[in-house]
Amino acid sequence: MAKPLKSSRIFVRGLWDDNPVLRQVLGICSTLAVTNLLVNTLVMNAGLIFTVTMSCLTVSLLRKYTPMRIRMMAQTLIIASYVIIVDICIAAYLPDISEALGPYVGLIITNCIVMGRCEAFARNNPPWPSFLDGLAMSLGYSAVLLTIALIREPLGFGTVLGFRIMPAGFTPWTIMIMAPGAFFTLGLLAWFLKAYFPQVTETNKER
Amino acid sequence: MVQVDAGTLFFAAIFTNNILLTNFLGLCPFLAISREVRSGLGLGAAVVFVMTCTAVLNYLVYYYVLVPLNLVHFRFILFIVIIAAFVQLVEMTIERYFPALYYVLGIFLPLITVNCAILGASLFLIIREYTLVQSLAYGAGSGIGWMIAIIAVGAIREKVQKSAKLPRGLEGPALTLIITGVMALAFIAFSGMIQIQ
Repeated sequence: MAKPLKSSRIFVRGLWDDNPVLRQVLGICSTLAVTNLLVNTLVMNAGLIFTVTMSCLTVSLLRKYTPMRIRMMAQTLIIASYVIIVDICIAAYLPDISEALGPYVGLIITNCIVMGRCEAFARNNPPWPSFLDGLAMSLGYSAVLLTIALIREPLGFGTVLGFRIMPAGFTPWTIMIMAPGAFFTLGLLAWFLKAYFPQVTETNKER
Repeated sequence: MVQVDAGTLFFAAIFTNNILLTNFLGLCPFLAISREVRSGLGLGAAVVFVMTCTAVLNYLVYYYVLVPLNLVHFRFILFIVIIAAFVQLVEMTIERYFPALYYVLGIFLPLITVNCAILGASLFLIIREYTLVQSLAYGAGSGIGWMIAIIAVGAIREKVQKSAKLPRGLEGPALTLIITGVMALAFIAFSGMIQIQ
C-alpha cells in the first residue's frame, strides 16, 4: 500500500478482483445464514455496508491516535458501536425482520470482513480511500450474498421477495433452505469463478 | 419455549444443532485451519475451552449486570470484551506451555476473538432464554460440535488432497465448502432425534 490507489481502482478491486467472499472467502459466517430469504439478505447487507463503511472511516480518522498495541481492541469497539446502532434501528423499524435475523445482526461484529478491511487497509490509509474501500468491499460482498439468496429462495420456496415465480407444479427443494444448500451454492460459485476467471496473483494472505 | 434438560441440550448442540453446520458460525477460521487434523484439533480445543467459559461469563454478566442496569443494548460490546480478554488468556497459556502448538496455530489464535461461533453462542443463549446450567451445556456442546466438524473436514481434506486429482479451480475454499455441505447433510440425519429451538 505504498502509493495511493485511484478511487476507481479501489472500487473494481472490492467488487471483483479481491471480492471478499469469492476471492478471499472471508466473513461469510454471519451472513450466509440469512441467505434463504432475499428480503432478510437485503436488510442484513444494508446493515453490513453501513458498519463496514463507517468503521473503516472511523478507524482511518483515528489511525494516528491509536496506539499500535491496542488497535485491535479499539477497532472492535468502534465496530461494536456501529453494530449496536444498526441493531437498534432494525429492531425499531423492522421488528419482524429483526426477529427473523435473531442474533445474526450482532454477529456482524465478528464478521471478518469488517476487521479485515480495518486491519488491512483503513489503518494505513487516509479517510477518503478507506471510506471507498469499505464501501466497495461491502458492496462486493453484498452482491455475492444477494446472488446466493437469488438462487436459494426460488429453489427453496419457489418465490422471490415473497412473490411466487415458479410454476404451480414446482416442488420446492427443501434442501436449499437448509444449511447444506448454502454451502453447496457458495462452493459451486467459488469453484466456477476460480475456474473461469483465474486470479493473476494468488497473494491474498491478508486474512 | 420447550424446557429441555441440560444433558439433552448438550447433545443437541453437538449433533442436531451443530453451530457450524446449521448456523454457519465460525466459518472463517474453519476454512483457513481445516487443512489438516492436527491444527484443527488444537484450535478446536481452544474453542471448546473459550466457548464454555465465555458462555457462562456472558450469562452472568448479562443477567446480573446488564439487565438490572437496563443496558441490554450494550451486550455486544461487553460480550466481545469478555471474549477478547479470555482469548488473550488462552493465547498466553499456550505460548508459555505448548510452544510447538503455538507455532502451528500462529496468527490464528487472535482470530478466535472474531470467531463468530463464540459470540454467536453467547447471543443464542440470551435469545433462547437458557438458564445457567443450560448455558454451560450449550456452550460446551457447541464448542465440541465445532471441534468435531473441523476435525472431520480436516481429515477429509487431507485424504482428498493427497489422493485425488481435482478439477481446475476446485482446490481450496470451494472444495472445503462442498465437503462441509455434504457433512451438513449427514448431520441433518441426526435432527430427528432431538428437537431444540
